[in-house]
Amino acid sequence: MTAAHGAGPGPGSRTSHPSRERILGRIRRALADVPSYERPADHPVPRDYLRTHGSRTPAESVDLLADNLSDYRATVHRTDTAGLPALLAELLARRGTRSVAVPPGLPGGWLTDAAVEPVVDSPSLSAGALDAVDSVVTGCALAIAETGTVILDGGPDQGRRRITLVPDHHVCVVRVADQVVDSVPQALERLSPARPLTWISGPSATSDIELDRVEGVHGPRTLEVVLLVEDDR
Amino acid sequence: MSRTYVGMPAFPRAAAVSAGDTTLRANLRTATHTIRAKRAEAVAELDDWDRLRAAGAAVKDRTLRHLDHYLLQLEENVTRAGGTVHWAADAAEANRIVTGLVQATGESEVVKVKSMVTQEIGLNDALERAGIRAYETDLAELIVQLGDDLPSHILVPAIHRGRSEIRDIFREHMADWGRPAPEGLTDRPADLAEAARLHLREKFLRAKVAVSGANFMVAETGTLVVVESEGNGRMCLTLPDTLISVVGIEKTVPTWRDLEIYLQLLPRSSTAERMNPYTSTWTGTTADDGPRAFHLVLLDNGRTDTLADQVGRQALRCIRCSACLNVCPVYERAGGHAYGSPYPGPIGAILTPQLRGLTSPLEESLPFASSLCGACYEVCPVAIDIPDVLVHLRERVVQGGETTIRGTRTVIKPAKGHTMERAMMRTTGWVLDHPAALRRGQRLAARARRALPRRLPGPGRAWSDTRDLPEVPPESFRDWWERTRGGDA
Ligand code: SF4
Repeated sequence: MTAAHGAGPGPGSRTSHPSRERILGRIRRALADVPSYERPADHPVPRDYLRTHGSRTPAESVDLLADNLSDYRATVHRTDTAGLPALLAELLARRGTRSVAVPPGLPGGWLTDAAVEPVVDSPSLSAGALDAVDSVVTGCALAIAETGTVILDGGPDQGRRRITLVPDHHVCVVRVADQVVDSVPQALERLSPARPLTWISGPSATSDIELDRVEGVHGPRTLEVVLLVEDDR
Repeated sequence: MSRTYVGMPAFPRAAAVSAGDTTLRANLRTATHTIRAKRAEAVAELDDWDRLRAAGAAVKDRTLRHLDHYLLQLEENVTRAGGTVHWAADAAEANRIVTGLVQATGESEVVKVKSMVTQEIGLNDALERAGIRAYETDLAELIVQLGDDLPSHILVPAIHRGRSEIRDIFREHMADWGRPAPEGLTDRPADLAEAARLHLREKFLRAKVAVSGANFMVAETGTLVVVESEGNGRMCLTLPDTLISVVGIEKTVPTWRDLEIYLQLLPRSSTAERMNPYTSTWTGTTADDGPRAFHLVLLDNGRTDTLADQVGRQALRCIRCSACLNVCPVYERAGGHAYGSPYPGPIGAILTPQLRGLTSPLEESLPFASSLCGACYEVCPVAIDIPDVLVHLRERVVQGGETTIRGTRTVIKPAKGHTMERAMMRTTGWVLDHPAALRRGQRLAARARRALPRRLPGPGRAWSDTRDLPEVPPESFRDWWERTRGGDA
C-alpha cells in the first residue's frame, strides 16, 4: 500500500485518459466524508474468523477430503506408490480410454501399465486436437479437505489449463503427505497469485434446468481423484 | 418478450403481470425454497459464519472508502502482469471500448461467460449493431438468449422456464445460432445439458475472443477471479487468444488474503455449496497458457453516484450471491422481470435506483418493492442493511432531496404518483420533519413484526401486509396489490 487516499496517479498509470481522471475525480468527491488523514489500513477489518473449522489429524483431514469430494460426485480412490500404475491403468481401461493427455512433467512410471497413447501437452497442442483425446491424467498443487477441492497451478505435473478442461474424463492425483490442507485460508497462503489457478470441486455441473443438478456441461463430466500415499524415502 | 429493459413498466404493474402467470410463480417458488433450505445447511456448517460476514463487510467498506487508491494499485499490477486497463465512465463508453477491441482483432464473433455487468450496459446489442455476434455460453444464458428473453434470477437466469419449454426452445432455435439440437431431444435435464455441450463446443473451439466479468479483482496482485459451475467460464478464460473482462469498479478487494473470506462466503450463500465446481484466477497473461492479450475494462456507470450516498453506498459491497432473492416474499410473487434491470430482488430494489438515479417511475417504484421484513439483511453475506437503504430511498422518492447523478450533485423533486405516501407521511404528523425517526420507526416495526405480526406505520404498511399472507396466496398479485396498497393502506 503506497499511495494514500486522495493521492495522484500511481506509478503504474498508463495515460491520463479523460475517463480515468473523471472516474477518479468522482470517487474522491463521493468520499468527501472520509477524513483526509484516514489511511486504508485505518478502517478496521476484524479477522477473528477461524483458520480451520475443527482440529484433525492428517489422516482425518484426508478422510474429510475424500468424503467431501465424493459428496460432490467425484470418484475417490486410494493407493500407494507401488499400486499407482495399475490403478491408473485400470481407471483408464474401465473408461475405454485410448488416448490420454499428459502434462510434460508427469512423473515417469505413472502410466507404465496403461495401454494408452499419451498426448503430451505443449504450446502447439490445439484445443481441437485435445477435443479428440479421451482422458487426462495430472497431479495437483493442493487439495482442501473442508471444501473437497483440488487446485491446479499449471505446474509441470499439471500442464496448461486447457488439458484438464477439454477432455471429458480427468484423473487427478493428490499426494496426501504434503498436498492436503484443511481450509480455504490455509490454501491461499500456500498458493502464488502469479500463476493461473483452477480450483476444482467435483465435476462440472449445472442446476439451471429446474434446479436439477446435472453433471457436466462443459468441463470433464467425470472427475476421479486418486489419493496417493507415497513411500517414505 | 422483448430483449430490453427500456420502457419497462414500473414495478407494481410489471409485478402484477408476472404474478398472474402461475407457472412462473410455481417455478420461482420451488426454486427459491429449495435454494433457501440448502443455503441454511451450508451456512450452518461454519460456526464462524457471523465473523466471516463481519470481515466480508469490513473489507468491502475499507475498499470503498479508499476506492481510488485501490483502483490505481489494481491498474498498476494488472499492467505489470501484461494486461491493459481501460476506464469506462458509462455504458456507452464501455460498449465502445469493447467493440473497438473486438474489431481490432478482426473477429466478428465472441463467446461470453455470464456477466451481469454486460447485461447492465447492453453489450450484446451494441456488439450486434457493430456486426459482432455474441454467444452466451452459460446454460441458463443460452436458454435466455435462444428464447429471445430476459434473465430473471442472478444465479439461475432461466428459473422461469420449465424443462419442456427449454427443449422446445432448443429444438426451434439452436439451428439459427449454430449446431442444431440433436434429433429426438427429450426434456431430461441431462439430455438438455448434453445438447448445450455439443452446441457450444464448436464455438469454444473456434473462438478467438472472449468477454467475461469477474467476481473479484485483487488490487495488490492484479489478479481476477471468476467463480462458476459449468466450465464455460474456464473455456472462455483459457481457450481464446484475447480476453476482455468488463468489471464494475466495486469488485475490487485489497489483498490476496482477502479472498479467504469471500471464497467461503460466496459459494455457500449462492449455490449452497461448500465450494462451487470451478474457480479460476489469473493475473495478466501467462506465457503459453491462456489468452495472449488481456484487457480489463473498469466500469463506473453510476457506481460513483452510489458511492456518494453515505447510506446507500453499502449496496456496493454486494457479491451477487442472490441469497436475498431467495428469501424475499415480494420477489417470490413478482418474479425477476418486474425489477426492470439485470439486478432483481432486494438487491435490485436498492441498486438499480442508485445506479441509474431516481429518474423514472420504475426506479422510483423499486424502493417500495419490499415488505421490509428484514430477511434479506439476515442472509446477506456482506451484511448489507437492505431495509435501511430501502427506507432511505423511499424518503428520497417521497420527499425529494440531494442526490448525485453522473457525478453531479442534484436536488430532485418529490416524485409524482407518491401523493398517497406523502399524505400518509403527513398524517403521521411530525415525522416529515424527523425522517430519521421515521426510518427508525419503520425498522423497529419491521424487526418486531418477525416476532409479533404487526403492521408497519406509513408507506411501508402496504408491503408489510405480504407477511400476513399464507405461503400460497389465494389471490393474484394484482388483487393483493390493490387490496393492500390501494385499499386499506
Ligand atoms: S445484497 Fe447481499 S444477499 Fe443480496 S446478492 Fe448481494 S451479497 Fe448476496
